[in-house]
Amino acid sequence: MSIDKNQVKKVAKLSRISLDDSKLESLSKDLASILNFVEQLNKLDTKKIEPLTSVVNKTLDPRKDKINDGEIKNEILKNSPEKNEDFFIVPKVVE
Amino acid sequence: MTNLNNSSLLEIVNLIKSKKVSSLEITKHFIKNIEKSKKLNSFITTCFEESLKKAKDFDEKKNFDGLLSGVPLAIKDLFCTKNVKTTAGSKILENFIPTYESTVSNNLWSEGAILLGKLNCDEFAMGSSNETSFFGNTINPIGKDLVPGGSSGGSASALAANLTPATIGTDTGGSIRQPASFTGTVGLKPTYGLCSRWGIVAFASSLDQAGPMTKNVKDCALLLEAMSGYDEKDSTSINKKKEKYSKNLSEKIKGLKIGIPKEYRVENMPKEIDILWKKGIDILKKSGAKIVDISLPHTKYALPTYYIVAPAEASSNLARYDGVKYGYRSKKGKNLIEMYENTRGEAFGDEVKRRILIGTYVLSSGYYDAYYLKAQKVRKLIKNDFDKCFKNVDAILTPSTPSSAFKIGEKTNDPISMYLNDIFTVPVNLAGIPAISIPAGQDKQGHPLGLQLITNTLDEQKILNIALAMEKSIAFKQSIDRWWE
Repeated sequence: MSIDKNQVKKVAKLSRISLDDSKLESLSKDLASILNFVEQLNKLDTKKIEPLTSVVNKTLDPRKDKINDGEIKNEILKNSPEKNEDFFIVPKVVE
Repeated sequence: MTNLNNSSLLEIVNLIKSKKVSSLEITKHFIKNIEKSKKLNSFITTCFEESLKKAKDFDEKKNFDGLLSGVPLAIKDLFCTKNVKTTAGSKILENFIPTYESTVSNNLWSEGAILLGKLNCDEFAMGSSNETSFFGNTINPIGKDLVPGGSSGGSASALAANLTPATIGTDTGGSIRQPASFTGTVGLKPTYGLCSRWGIVAFASSLDQAGPMTKNVKDCALLLEAMSGYDEKDSTSINKKKEKYSKNLSEKIKGLKIGIPKEYRVENMPKEIDILWKKGIDILKKSGAKIVDISLPHTKYALPTYYIVAPAEASSNLARYDGVKYGYRSKKGKNLIEMYENTRGEAFGDEVKRRILIGTYVLSSGYYDAYYLKAQKVRKLIKNDFDKCFKNVDAILTPSTPSSAFKIGEKTNDPISMYLNDIFTVPVNLAGIPAISIPAGQDKQGHPLGLQLITNTLDEQKILNIALAMEKSIAFKQSIDRWWE
């Protein structure tokens, strides 16, 4: 499997990660070698195998729908890189 | 006073309980060691003022009910600690101060332990050498130019250097067992679901599991007992009664059947590892265990399966780091999307970016079935291999790692050669079963090597018992000259 620079750019866009053009070459090489490595799995016939989604066999326990914390608005906002009174500030979204 | 540098966790607990030493004296001792350890770079954050205050409070109240009464501990910086900075080794969380405490660390404090500080790790636990941390390499106390392993590298380094009497790490593909093996310490990855994941910075949620890292097996049993337990805040937490691992510890393993999987004899494995493995087999035989040859035919597919499943889950988990509610935010970008892209581009390291990109790729439209679904099916085959074997054997013995600690920079240019380090540890995470690494010998250069025991789901008592019996026969000794002080 080869993965070219344009594909790397596309995946980076989907991942919301800006990349320096200077890094595209080495990154596409790295990704190709990783994909090449994982493609060993194609040697196995898995037609009749059910996928394993969790190693814990349990149904989710229901719980009461009640508030068990809260009133920590100020503490939460302290971690925000940009805030204004009770709000997180982000760059303008709507023109 | 007793030489605290030679004391185990259990010995320190007993010193405090018998009132021979106060919590404050012990805490001061470890703070002194930490202050002289800058060269190891095993700490990201320390909170000495708070630790000393808590130790004093403890000494005044003298409540010895907890399993870890008055014991100071440092923990991996992947566990959220209330009001203490938690970075996960990443620039993106450089200034993040959690408003809550992880369940596992909270369990330690409930048992009387006191936080000393937060230990360095690979960025978001993605690495096998601690070289991906934004806060710099951690050094292995065994040698100035050696990595401590990863991702719980700071934990292993601090433990081996006596900067903490014991510690906790997390293990997604070997991140507790490999650094334990590289530093001559004991590391246990429990059954998936035994220790709560709540409040641990998530990497790959179906694989992540917290566990103890200690100087010996008795300490390991004690710390596991303290940290484990059902938690309704983790939807995959196993709801069962808390076990008394330390009280039930027994080195009688006569009649147990131990499997030796032929697939773990890999190409180019150093002879020393093979000799060590044979030594382990002999010790088990002498203890009265029965050795059985077994086969885990899909072993070689574990690593490629892991490198689809783990990045896929990571790419979803790390989507939350967007520079809005917490963490680093880029100053560049004309609109919201550009702000996201620049924030993540500037604040994630190369390995984290590689894994997010791989994860996004294997989950993207048109590739999902070929990669992700395929990997989940192979994961089932790997689990089936173990299930089948555990019908006939009580435990499995393998080497922990294919080599001893390697040099800083030796593997950073080739991601695949770095990934191959986890070849013996990864299958266990995919199957969700417990495994322990115990120090078993040294190579020609005097670097420690570990052996790994694997048991079936929730067989932690059995794994600890076998490890205890082996530890006694191996009588591993390691002297470190504290060159960094």
